Amino acid sequence: MLKFIIRRMLIMIPQLILLSLIIFVLAKAMPGDAVTGAFVSNPNATPEQMEKIRESFGLNDPWYVQYGHWIGKAVQGDFGMSFVHKQPVTHLLESRVANTLLLAAVTMIVTYIISIPLGIIAGRWTDTWADKIIVTYNYFAFATPLFVFALLMLFLFSFILGWFPSGGSVDIRIETGTWEYFVDKAKHLFLPVMSGALLATFGTIQYLRNDIIDTKLKDFVKTARSKGVPEGKVYTRHILRNSLLPIAAFLGLEITGLIGGSIFIESIFSYPGLGQLFIQSIGTRDFTVVTALVMISGTAVVVGTMLSDIILSIVDPRIRID
Amino acid sequence: MANPVLEIKNLRTSFNIKGNYYAAVDDVSLTVHENEVVAIVGESGCGKSALALSIMGLHNLKTTKLEGQVNFKSQNLLSLSASKLNKIRGKDLGMIFQDPMTALNPLATIGRQIEEPMDYHMKLSSAAKKKRTLELLRRVGIKNEQRIYSQYPHELSGGMRQRVVIAIALACDPVLLIADEPTTALDVTIQAQIMDLMKELQNQIKSGIILITHDLGVVAEMADRVAVMYAGEVVEIAEVRELFMNPLHPYTRSLLNSIPSNMEDKKALHVIEGIVPSIQKLDRTGCRFAPRVAWVPEHEHEESPTLHEVEPGHFVRCTCYKNFHFPEEKVGDESYVTTKS
Repeated sequence: MLKFIIRRMLIMIPQLILLSLIIFVLAKAMPGDAVTGAFVSNPNATPEQMEKIRESFGLNDPWYVQYGHWIGKAVQGDFGMSFVHKQPVTHLLESRVANTLLLAAVTMIVTYIISIPLGIIAGRWTDTWADKIIVTYNYFAFATPLFVFALLMLFLFSFILGWFPSGGSVDIRIETGTWEYFVDKAKHLFLPVMSGALLATFGTIQYLRNDIIDTKLKDFVKTARSKGVPEGKVYTRHILRNSLLPIAAFLGLEITGLIGGSIFIESIFSYPGLGQLFIQSIGTRDFTVVTALVMISGTAVVVGTMLSDIILSIVDPRIRID
Repeated sequence: MANPVLEIKNLRTSFNIKGNYYAAVDDVSLTVHENEVVAIVGESGCGKSALALSIMGLHNLKTTKLEGQVNFKSQNLLSLSASKLNKIRGKDLGMIFQDPMTALNPLATIGRQIEEPMDYHMKLSSAAKKKRTLELLRRVGIKNEQRIYSQYPHELSGGMRQRVVIAIALACDPVLLIADEPTTALDVTIQAQIMDLMKELQNQIKSGIILITHDLGVVAEMADRVAVMYAGEVVEIAEVRELFMNPLHPYTRSLLNSIPSNMEDKKALHVIEGIVPSIQKLDRTGCRFAPRVAWVPEHEHEESPTLHEVEPGHFVRCTCYKNFHFPEEKVGDESYVTTKS
């Protein structure tokens, strides 16, 4: 088992190298560069001056020289300076990474808390009214665009009802570490998390429901019943364990979805996270920040896939490699 | 005769197909005694598996209607609640499934899967359960039982898995075993091994066995009595020797006549004309086998065929057996009477 985990982690190294290469080349291929972005609204900058700045930043070097330079620093945790914010990217990301990780982690947990029981109910009691309600909800969740739904939540619960704050991650006047701080943080998280989670459930519900419907007709379930196993235990011990496999396999994909979703969510709820910064940085061609952000989210996906592989290998003896 | 363990009376199992119920098992009555092997033979779709699943209560009750009685230990299994039925299934009733490749949970160890019925039916410590499981594994002919105990189904061959399936069925010393085509999914050499094992176990455990199969060789080897099913009905039932020596129903005779033999010099294999009717299109009045023996004049069949006792313990449905002969057969031709051996 340990051997498998170590091997699986080693595979991440080439994956990450490839990822960084692709990101760097793609970012370079974006029209314009940091200098264009910084001076786009400044009519006093002459092309000669801009060219001089480019030269001094090393932006005229061949891409592989720039890549080597960048990756060398990046592995030491230094993603360079933000051209727009005039401070180290690492410093810029620090507080936001924690916010986004918190948002993503809570959203994911809430998504599973909602979707796994619903998926089980819909799969076990197929074609009952409960199943029909869940499936209907699921189609709504699938069809509703995240940004429309998030705006609606914001409008309803913050603007009209005034139950939750409309933006930010915590009230600035509250002292860090106190109970009030925690409560306020939770209050700020509620709307962004629910907006993301209520829609993100569709994949898990649909997969779980379909897999349970499929699994409950399998022969080994008949075997379990013929042993005199009570119906409830037939589900928990035999059907669910098998049906949760695809859910574990989709963990990596779920993380990707969360990262994509966080861009909308954070912009709409003006939540100070990476997503918001991402949109800003693309607008201002803040090249160093964009590459760092894409690298971070890409790494999150690679790590998520690894996690689902490891979880799968723990649950499913067939894919264990010893 | 020994005591009956299972008495099936007028069992009718109907499936809901687009709003209508169609009987796949139609008015079947059958008794299994202690230490008796009753074979049920017939083509695919004749209702043998549906019968087995009805006894075990494994049909989906939302789409299946069960009528009649399945009396076991002075209780009608069909009228028991799920929790009461669960006290009998796995304990007094053991089931051996057809396909060992799919009958085991891929995520649980062999040991766990054999111990599972003991969890519900026996009060044993986990050490005692393990001891019993290892013993069972040895009894079904697995030699390295310690290793197999902690292995997973995918690590075992088909024959080994079927031995495990048998061990599961035997876990709590059942009074009645239902084996639903236990060798169909295995290749021929493994089939022979599994049949030998079944015979050996039958001698040891003395339980009743319902053996569902379409392999007449298996029947001849193992069964005490044979029920031949066609289109949901029992068409002939007799002691195994009697059935092979003196088959009467046209269907039984056709089946026996279809066995390839290296003893006789037949030019072509006998083929039963036509196909088994689907349960939706089946004509439920008159002799159900009539369309497949079209040369038999209509007046030879009974209007509503019943089982007739022609010899003690030998029942045949319909009257068409009386003057039945194959079209290519001359009346009185000895070689066609049966596969006398």
